[in-house]
Amino acid sequence: MALDRRSLLKGAALTAAAATVGTAPAGARERRAAPADAVGLLYDTTRCIGCKACVVACKEANNMPPDTDGYGGGLYDAPEALNETTRNVIQLYQGEDETSFVKRQCMHCVDPGCVGACMLGALQKREYGIVTWDGSRCIGCRYCQVACPFNVPKFEWSKKAPKIVKCELCVHRLREGKEPACSEVCPRQAVIFGTRAELLAEAHRRLAGHPDRYVPKVYGEHELGGTQCLYLSHVPFEKLGFRFQHDEPVPEVQQTVQHGIYQGFAAPLALYAVLGAVMFRNRRNGAGETGPDSPDS
Amino acid sequence: MHTTAQAQPVGGRLMTPLYKLLLALGGLGIALIVWRFAAGLGAATNLSDGYPWGLWIAYDVVTGTAIACGGYAVALIVYVLNKGRYHPLVRSAVLASALGYSVAGLSILIDVGRPWHVWKVPLFFWEWNLNSALLEVALCIMAYVFVLWIELSPAFLERWKVSGRPGLRRFAERTQPWLDRALIWILALGILLPTMHQSSLGSLMLLSGPRLHALWNTPILPLLFLVSCLAMGYAIVVFESTLGGAFFRRSHDTAMLVSLERVAAWGSLLFVALRLGDLALRGRFGLALQGDLKSVLFWIENALVLAPFLLVFGRARRYDARRLFSGALLVILGGALYRFDTYLVAFDPGPGWSYFPSAAETLITLGLVALEGVVYIALVTRFPILAGAPSAAPAR
Repeated sequence: MALDRRSLLKGAALTAAAATVGTAPAGARERRAAPADAVGLLYDTTRCIGCKACVVACKEANNMPPDTDGYGGGLYDAPEALNETTRNVIQLYQGEDETSFVKRQCMHCVDPGCVGACMLGALQKREYGIVTWDGSRCIGCRYCQVACPFNVPKFEWSKKAPKIVKCELCVHRLREGKEPACSEVCPRQAVIFGTRAELLAEAHRRLAGHPDRYVPKVYGEHELGGTQCLYLSHVPFEKLGFRFQHDEPVPEVQQTVQHGIYQGFAAPLALYAVLGAVMFRNRRNGAGETGPDSPDS
Repeated sequence: MHTTAQAQPVGGRLMTPLYKLLLALGGLGIALIVWRFAAGLGAATNLSDGYPWGLWIAYDVVTGTAIACGGYAVALIVYVLNKGRYHPLVRSAVLASALGYSVAGLSILIDVGRPWHVWKVPLFFWEWNLNSALLEVALCIMAYVFVLWIELSPAFLERWKVSGRPGLRRFAERTQPWLDRALIWILALGILLPTMHQSSLGSLMLLSGPRLHALWNTPILPLLFLVSCLAMGYAIVVFESTLGGAFFRRSHDTAMLVSLERVAAWGSLLFVALRLGDLALRGRFGLALQGDLKSVLFWIENALVLAPFLLVFGRARRYDARRLFSGALLVILGGALYRFDTYLVAFDPGPGWSYFPSAAETLITLGLVALEGVVYIALVTRFPILAGAPSAAPAR
């Protein structure tokens, strides 16, 4: 009769064989270190006065159109958040008894989710560890947006030929020997540019010098595998919109699982060979349980 | 190559009122697709930087290809377990799968913002990011669409061999031996590819990492998607056979469908057991008991897929076609809800974002489903795809 237990078990065993490779990953993937030439920004909430000079400078340096949808009834370029015309923004946090500005731009993760997502490597960590976008390899699938824990990559929804918009740390200016526009114009050195190592040392120097002033950590030193843009704050980071405080980089679980299944592509090839062999044998021996009509293949 | 004696063109009149309705819906969908390209994604959809993926991904691609796993599920039984008696189900299941996967591929072209670069994905192999689960899904789906149509091609060749046009006849006769030799390796691909990409559709959302609710975010997500797509695959064959049987007035072997539904039921049980066991092992079971929206959805998914157990394992009820049909439908709905939840509801981009599909998104999806119906009916009318003796004159 139909599907007896034995054949079902056989099928289950085959399916399981195909699947178990996935459940028995070959050990977690190694944590990555920042590239040797990694540069970044250090932003310090205690120094920022919210003048937004960096927002204006960023737009100018990157030829971004104004965003007049925000405050000011269409008169001002006043973006409220990162969006398809804004790669850098200053936001205000107002709590019950504390207030802070917070700067947002791409964090340039050491182990970025967006880079793990991107099919043809349009988004990659290129020179200085900066995550840049190469439009010639992008099909606009937006998986990078699904993968970014900081909601950074933006998509030009209003365009017919949309691009991905994000901070590229003014890499075009770095090539000319300049620093990023945002850090260059900052009147209070609330955001400074440097190598990741220099910035970390400076951050820890400030923490040690004024332990009373700061939340005792440098956000981005370890969080989500580490980022090249680092933050010091007098307000708990959760309140500033940094939702995640754990160290595990976004791609870790997925790549551990996927590499477990696809290591050297051996498992799929083996499964293919087994399937082919089983079917070949079936065809040679003739189908089991056939009625008068034998299957046509 | 032998012929499947039972598969025959259904024949009959094509332009029924239902068919015209499907055509109209399909036409509207196509018009809106044209408009989407003219107006851009921002105007046509409710997608945003917070919810970059919406109905087209959650339904057309992720759910649609799972519903299109009937061909995969039946192929496993017929070609791997060598159960020849299920062969009459193969062609209609493969046709439905081919249509489902073709629509998924088309939907991706509509959904992506820069479709003029899509051709680079299969060709620029030196730029492949082998870490990208989406790359694997994309390549597998592209390949599987071809595999499915080739799997179905014996139905076309059979018809063309007796065609009035000598050109078609010659083509069919020449292709046949070549196809015969290659078919086993194509059929093996037809099992390998869905095993790979259906599990990878689960892996995909692992990359949303901390933004995916912990009830759905588990390292065994690929295994859950694989088991669930197989349960849905068997259920959809029961569903389609019952529906097609009623619609085209064909008899079908109820005992065979009962067996398939039992596989779907066992698969569903395995799915739920894996989910609960995984939650318990990871110490997150408490999340399922919180009584919030997410935990309620979690239990609805599980209850829906477990329904056929109650419906087909009572001895007296076993052969009741209506229960069989409802059981299959519930497994499909449960699997669909699981996928919608994983891709949309359990995905939390943070405060201030919301998503509900726009009218255009919905009508385009509806139109594409209608077009699947249009092509399905047209093909089974003309080509030997459906098996089973006509139980009455075809009176649609």
